[in-house]
Amino acid sequence: MSLAKRIIPCLDVDNARVVKGVQFVDIRDAGDPVEVARRYDLEGADELTFLDITATSDNRDTMVHVVEQVASEVFIPLTVGGGIRKVEDIRTMLNAGADKVGINSAAVFNPEFVKEAAEKFGSQCIVVAIDAKKVSKEGEPNKWEIFTHGGRKPTGIDAVEWAIKMVDYGAGEILLTSMDRDGTKIGFDLELTKAISDAVVVPVIASGGVGNLDHLVDGVKKGKADAVLAASIFHFAEYTVGEAKQHMQDAGIEVRL
Amino acid sequence: MSTVAVIDYGMGNLHSVAKALEHASESLQTNSRVIVTHDHDTILNADHVVLPGVGAMRDCMGEIKRLGVDSIVREVIAAGTPFLGVCIGMQALLQNSDENNGTECLGIFNGHVHSFAESFKQQSISGLKIPHMGWNQVKQSIKHPMWHKIPDNERFYFVHSYYTQPDDNEFIAATCEYGFEFCVSLAKDNIFATQFHPEKSQHAGLQLYANFLNWDGKL
Repeated sequence: MSLAKRIIPCLDVDNARVVKGVQFVDIRDAGDPVEVARRYDLEGADELTFLDITATSDNRDTMVHVVEQVASEVFIPLTVGGGIRKVEDIRTMLNAGADKVGINSAAVFNPEFVKEAAEKFGSQCIVVAIDAKKVSKEGEPNKWEIFTHGGRKPTGIDAVEWAIKMVDYGAGEILLTSMDRDGTKIGFDLELTKAISDAVVVPVIASGGVGNLDHLVDGVKKGKADAVLAASIFHFAEYTVGEAKQHMQDAGIEVRL
Repeated sequence: MSTVAVIDYGMGNLHSVAKALEHASESLQTNSRVIVTHDHDTILNADHVVLPGVGAMRDCMGEIKRLGVDSIVREVIAAGTPFLGVCIGMQALLQNSDENNGTECLGIFNGHVHSFAESFKQQSISGLKIPHMGWNQVKQSIKHPMWHKIPDNERFYFVHSYYTQPDDNEFIAATCEYGFEFCVSLAKDNIFATQFHPEKSQHAGLQLYANFLNWDGKL
């Protein structure tokens, strides 16, 4: 009897549609965000994450609208990320009904923004999203670097050190995506997930690479993730959220059924 | 038409709370009007009053005092109006909190708000993440109209780094286990409070809000 590990379907939103790419390119349409959100809620999702993948101002307005609609009928935590750069962006999303915001590139350009945001809105709603890529070579000790702009721009910043710093600055949760695994369906980068989870006191959401339900189990058991995030396995009806939870429970993981 | 006032003191998830109450009201067909406000008379005249809140205690108490919400809360409670505190809105009912190097709270209940980090350290508990974030089981300690149609050990959504410890155990309405067993719900006369977020706890949470709208503040 204790805290359940969470399953979080992720909705990448572009131009009012849920889309899914492979390593951030080759985009497929996966439906209307409000309908998709409704379905995951019915299936028992523990939270939902919306990522504005283009983060243009047009898309921003669309996103606010989506969040408003979802929040008026889906009563589970909602996180919104993508293009969150100013205190005003956070306020807009929280007012629309989001519970948490994901901050990614803006944290890299201006770490103080995370501090300011946590002080204003509380750490409980500040999720720092980290996109990391393995940069160590075969045989070297593991090293991951963070990337911005949907994984296109290297920063030279070490992912583990960055996670520790962001928690110091007030992040209440880390959303960790392996750029090497995103969209590949070969499973999470478990070494990366465990390295970050061991390094910080706040919950870590593992993301990037889920292709089957055993990957979710591994994320929790081997990667020590507190929550697992997946997109395409749910979008294209390979598995329901309920099936995923049942599978995790059968593997001895505590879930909310 | 009955009204439910959600006290607005500028801190956080008012919209979620208001939307969940509206939803609960629709499903019950109680036709309650939900008003988000810090206006003294509107709150005093409401049939039900909710004190929500997320964020840091010092800022919350600062705004509560600045807007005179502290005296409004005392009046509402004295008037016997059904009153629901949620998250920080529960913690604020204790005497003081460890948060922000010690913050004086409303003192409706004798007791304190402690930090998980400190308690884990003192009790040598390791490996648990802080905040306590996600769905945990709520063990009901008493029978109460607010628990109507909610099974014992139902899961609710939590996100908090501090927890309440009332001096008097008889006011504990539910507990939860995270490293140790701690109080997650308080009940006394017309006051009910939850550490978890019913507005984010799907069916069980909406049921709790429905119970609140149906509650006359009596046991």
